[in-house]
Amino acid sequence: MLSIKNLYVAIDGKPILDGLSLDVPAGEVHAVMGPNGAGKSTLSYALAGRPGYETAAGSVTLDGEDLLALEANERAARGVFLSFQYPTEIPGVPALTFIRTAMNAQRRARGEAEISAPEFLRLARAKAATLKIDFDMLKRALNVGFSGGEKKRMEILQMAMISPRFAILDETDSGLDIDALRIVADGVNAMRSADRAMLVITHYQRLLDHIRPDRVHVLAAGRIVASGGPELAHALEREGYDKYAKAAA
Amino acid sequence: MAAVTQTIEHVAELERYKHGFVSDIAQDFAPKGLSEATVRFISAKKGEPAWMLDWRLEAYRRWLALEEPAWARVHFPRIDYQDSYYYAAPSEKAGPKSLDEVDPELLAVYAKLGIPLKEQAVLAGVEGAPKYAVDAVFDSVSVVTTFKAELAKAGVIFCSMSEAIRDHGDLVRQYLGSVVPVSDNYFACLNSAVFSDGSFVYIPPGVRCPMELSTYFRINAAQSGQFERTLIIADQGSYVSYLEGCTAPMRDENQLHAAVVELVVLEDAEIKYSTVQNWYPGDAEGRGGIYNFVTKRADCRGDRAKVSWTQVETGSAITWKYPSCILRGAGSSGEFYSIAITNNRQQADTGTKMIHLGPNTRSRIISKGISAGHSSNTYRGLVSAHPKARGARNFTQCDSLLIGKQCAAHTTPYIEARNASAKFEHEATTTRLSDDQLFYAMQRGLSQEEAVQLLVNGFVKDVLQKLPMEFAVEAQKLVAISLEGSVG
Ligand SMILES: Nc1ncnc2c1ncn2[C@@H]1O[C@H](COP(=O)(O)OP(=O)(O)O)[C@@H](O)[C@H]1O
Ligand SMILES: [Mg+2]
Repeated sequence: MLSIKNLYVAIDGKPILDGLSLDVPAGEVHAVMGPNGAGKSTLSYALAGRPGYETAAGSVTLDGEDLLALEANERAARGVFLSFQYPTEIPGVPALTFIRTAMNAQRRARGEAEISAPEFLRLARAKAATLKIDFDMLKRALNVGFSGGEKKRMEILQMAMISPRFAILDETDSGLDIDALRIVADGVNAMRSADRAMLVITHYQRLLDHIRPDRVHVLAAGRIVASGGPELAHALEREGYDKYAKAAA
Repeated sequence: MAAVTQTIEHVAELERYKHGFVSDIAQDFAPKGLSEATVRFISAKKGEPAWMLDWRLEAYRRWLALEEPAWARVHFPRIDYQDSYYYAAPSEKAGPKSLDEVDPELLAVYAKLGIPLKEQAVLAGVEGAPKYAVDAVFDSVSVVTTFKAELAKAGVIFCSMSEAIRDHGDLVRQYLGSVVPVSDNYFACLNSAVFSDGSFVYIPPGVRCPMELSTYFRINAAQSGQFERTLIIADQGSYVSYLEGCTAPMRDENQLHAAVVELVVLEDAEIKYSTVQNWYPGDAEGRGGIYNFVTKRADCRGDRAKVSWTQVETGSAITWKYPSCILRGAGSSGEFYSIAITNNRQQADTGTKMIHLGPNTRSRIISKGISAGHSSNTYRGLVSAHPKARGARNFTQCDSLLIGKQCAAHTTPYIEARNASAKFEHEATTTRLSDDQLFYAMQRGLSQEEAVQLLVNGFVKDVLQKLPMEFAVEAQKLVAISLEGSVG
């Protein structure tokens, strides 16, 4: 599904990703762990096509299609979704309006029919209920005045509504209490399927107790420096990132 | 929600300024330039009574002694007042016409602009769609006013100013210039001398006007100015909602539009006045466009009188206007809701004046300014409370949104509280459309253009909601079109 080869990304001339390679096959969930400042969010932005995070070298393909040549919205229409580490406030635009506008923009780009208003509302109610989000909250301006945890839940709600092929979850666990963490993890697990892949970026092992990854990768100094099964996350929790950071340097 | 989606759907089909066409219609002009003879020509053309001509001549003499104001934050080369036509009218016989007498060419122009001038067509339209009556002003004259007969049944007078001067002379004489005096300011004074047409509305006591009234102004002729005059009187306990729209062809020259609007609101009456201003804004380099120098004022003469101004200002090369409320009656209230958008080289200096004279008067100002391109957008507002305005209250919210790095936004509030019980609140924010917001929306699938529209619609929503439903959708499209190409 997603294939990253030898990716170099610089911001303002400063190299952040330094020859990163990673493959996430369809049907799998991979975790990327790493110390603060390792370049995890940079990776997520580069995959999603954020302006300013242009790639100096390397390739990224989704089912063989070159993603790097596409604008952010074109990547979204191909099925790329990013749950932001710091979701942005959108003043004056109710969450429902925002999500419906986004879904229809994607559908139009793919030449599909738009979602009807009743169908959309039915879907929104159902997904909000599973994520234990009060439906009235969806009538408020997106993320404005939401708590950290509410913003994260709203990201997962958007993911559930948009139903992407490839999802990146950037530190979705940060800011969540243990109950919220379980709800969010259930929401993510419900989306695991044979034709979807996910990249779960996290700082801590605890999320991975709820979302069992197929593979765990360590990102340090702009590269994947170690890969393994779920046990690698536990080792990291015990030993810290130091030895990987040193090895990479 | 539907409206947002609709905007995004429709915007792609619309050209940047879709009203920029010129219509080839035979017209009569006054001789070029401005003199006492021009004033006499206009008055004679309209067959006015002597008192009206005298009023105009007095205005003209006073205008000669006035100076063009220089305090607004707008810049333009000196206007040569002799290099313009002050009267241009489709050459047809004078006097009111029924719809079937109107030149089909003219009807075609309004059809192209999407203005319904055929009563039957409006009546036969979508079930449940609200009816609205239109006064269509083409350059210097009103070409037709619809639904007059039906309105007359309710006692409502809705006609062109020319007709009002002839048929309702007493009312016009009583109220004309009573809100905006002849020599109030340079442009209002000029208007008083040479105004050619406009709309007149009178709502009798206790009557709720049975439909929306609207006037649609169209400048067509080259090298001509448009000087219209609108007078609305809401008698005791009456209500009316009125909307004006305006467009002009794309031309390289600048054209002057100096209008005066006077609203008289008596005891317990209410006027809701909405404007969707879409004069030609000039091209991306700032060539051409309308100078929109307008004086609008409402006088709440009776107790508990209410007035609200809602404006969506997207057009014009330069906008200079401050729809104001004189809150004279006890407990009277004034509202001003504004969206002012400037793009490319447009300049806007706009706002309001809330003059609290009576006790317990209230006012509310919500202003949303959006600047993009190399434009300049100034909010200028006065809130004052006089010694007798005990318990006066004002709330002002002024928000500016900047798109890009070359534009400017200014907020210039003036506050004068001359009694201790007045309570004024003022909030102001300036934000830049952020890259974070744009990327967030694009990550979810919106194109850059769609993302800007959605974010801007969110910014102006509070004001759009104040417009009558059927115009809100139109206004939202206009907002989107005005900002096309502003990011990137
Ligand atoms: N917009 C930016 N401008 C300059 N430096 C940045 C920017 N974003 C991130 N960086 C730098 O890139 C490095 C990686 O940041 P980031 O990808 O956010 O790390 P992580 O998500 O792993 O904590 C850090 O050194 C950070 O300071
Ligand atoms: Mg990060």
